[in-house]
Amino acid sequence: MKIAIASGKGGTGKTLVSASLAAVWERPVKAVDLDVEEPNLHLFLKPEIDGTQPAYMPVPVVDEEKCSYCRACAELCQYKAISVLGSVVMTFTDMCHGCGGCMAVCPTGAITTGRRILGEISWGRAGGAGFIMGCLRVGEAMSPPLIRQVLAQVNRKDLSAPTADVLFDAPPGVSCPAVSAVLDSDVIVLVTEPTPFGLFDLRLAHQAFAPMGKPMGVVVNRAGLGDEHVHRFCRKSGLPILAEIPYDRNIAGTYARGGIVARDMPSMAKRFVALQRAIDDLVHNKAEAHHA
Amino acid sequence: MHEVVVISGKGGTGKTSLTAAFAHLSRETLLCDLDVDAPDLHLILNPSPSPAEPFFSGFEPQIDRQTCTACGTCAQMCRFDAIAEREGKPWVDLIRCEGCGVCVHFCPERAIAFSPKQCGQWRISQTRFGPMVHAQLYPGEENSGKLVAHLRKEARQLAESSGLRLILSDGPPGIGCPVISALSGVDLAVMVTEPTPSGLHDLKRVVELSDHFKVPAAVIINKSDLNASMADDISSFCASRGIPVPTRLPHDTGFVHAMVQGRTITEHEDGVTSRHLRSAWADILKTLHAVKAA
Repeated sequence: MKIAIASGKGGTGKTLVSASLAAVWERPVKAVDLDVEEPNLHLFLKPEIDGTQPAYMPVPVVDEEKCSYCRACAELCQYKAISVLGSVVMTFTDMCHGCGGCMAVCPTGAITTGRRILGEISWGRAGGAGFIMGCLRVGEAMSPPLIRQVLAQVNRKDLSAPTADVLFDAPPGVSCPAVSAVLDSDVIVLVTEPTPFGLFDLRLAHQAFAPMGKPMGVVVNRAGLGDEHVHRFCRKSGLPILAEIPYDRNIAGTYARGGIVARDMPSMAKRFVALQRAIDDLVHNKAEAHHA
Repeated sequence: MHEVVVISGKGGTGKTSLTAAFAHLSRETLLCDLDVDAPDLHLILNPSPSPAEPFFSGFEPQIDRQTCTACGTCAQMCRFDAIAEREGKPWVDLIRCEGCGVCVHFCPERAIAFSPKQCGQWRISQTRFGPMVHAQLYPGEENSGKLVAHLRKEARQLAESSGLRLILSDGPPGIGCPVISALSGVDLAVMVTEPTPSGLHDLKRVVELSDHFKVPAAVIINKSDLNASMADDISSFCASRGIPVPTRLPHDTGFVHAMVQGRTITEHEDGVTSRHLRSAWADILKTLHAVKAA
């Protein structure tokens, strides 16, 4: 089972929930940090890293000897990553999405594949859990291609049993990076807070992810703060509340010291065990409803 | 005209709450919400209703099932796995499609149309603190960087024509496409962080990004009493990089109480946090004028 821990709004507690679930998970599990712009899960799980490799985007390299300046590449490219002015070809590889169109369309075979570094992918072990993370190069604009390459590493055999469950710590927001991160999951857990910002962004996340037809539930963090509108919205839209984490300065303090709430606060451990079971039930019930 | 953007790297450190408070404290300012993916500034600034303009960017392919011979060229050439199959014919999975047009160009039957894609909307509204330029990217869409660039262009034109001297923008989290678009070429980036391992880690990355684009920075440490020694570490990091820290704010639930009422914390109460924010805003303006003079 693959579980995406997502949210519309940033800072609602995705990483806190992911780290805590990894710590109490009752079956073999891998924790995967897909928030490649700002990966934080390793700061809490403190994994032993077994390996790191760079991730690349294939970009065009033009051999001007072979180029006939026909402009076919420039006309095809939707991203303005290659342009031809008279008898000068220029590539702007930062803009390239790696679609390969220019290479395929070039009638003289003048374009070959170079590469741009997107960032790096690391893997290792944190306690009993497997661990994988992507980290975007600072200055690189495109996170979705790196997210896809991290996802391609999820079934690595050297980390844990191939049948291990997978916890994805997703990036915030509801645009392409967040969508790329939840697309491969079997269930989506939306972490929110009971405030006007939390509610507005939860609605957006629900709108963005509901069309995928995956089972989806909510974790309300900092419960007790703010107002009742998040609970009302969940009831109205049939989003089950899988767990509530109370607003408590000790929880914020534990996180601020780099602790894992479910491991370091005995009162919280059983909430996260219950959350795992609520996630299991959600997936199980959805599957049953589907077969019925 | 000056442009100031509030960013953070890590989400949820308080960008929007602080931007709203600074909007209240500033004069002759145009406000702008550049977090087009999950825009929240309007929830505090409560703009009056205004007409929305569509935002078009990029194209999306559509396969004509009558003309398609199911030859498989499109699926073979698509590098984004965006061509799936339904009842023996290909169809475009728009969630995966990046709008590159390769399928359109190489289809031997010319069976794939390519139409401009509306991926959001934007508007100019009035708030109690002045005009505001804001947008909403449609959920699940891409091209947030282009929408951010469009908002900044509209904001500059409006500031110019209305004689406003400052554009204050609420930025997106992260360091990717929309942040680069929000940051490049502004006069000052105000970075909001918190004394947690994530806050410091993400601040360092966002500082590296602003260095990369040669944008001067100032850092506000929010919730500083959550971990005072880490707040000190952040202050020393900033000192080592020559970055001013206009204020260290306490962890104050007053932000939430104010937000629930649709107000800024500086409107809501005149406590320690509000006093810190007033002096921080004065410092930010001084820093801004110093970097403009330099």
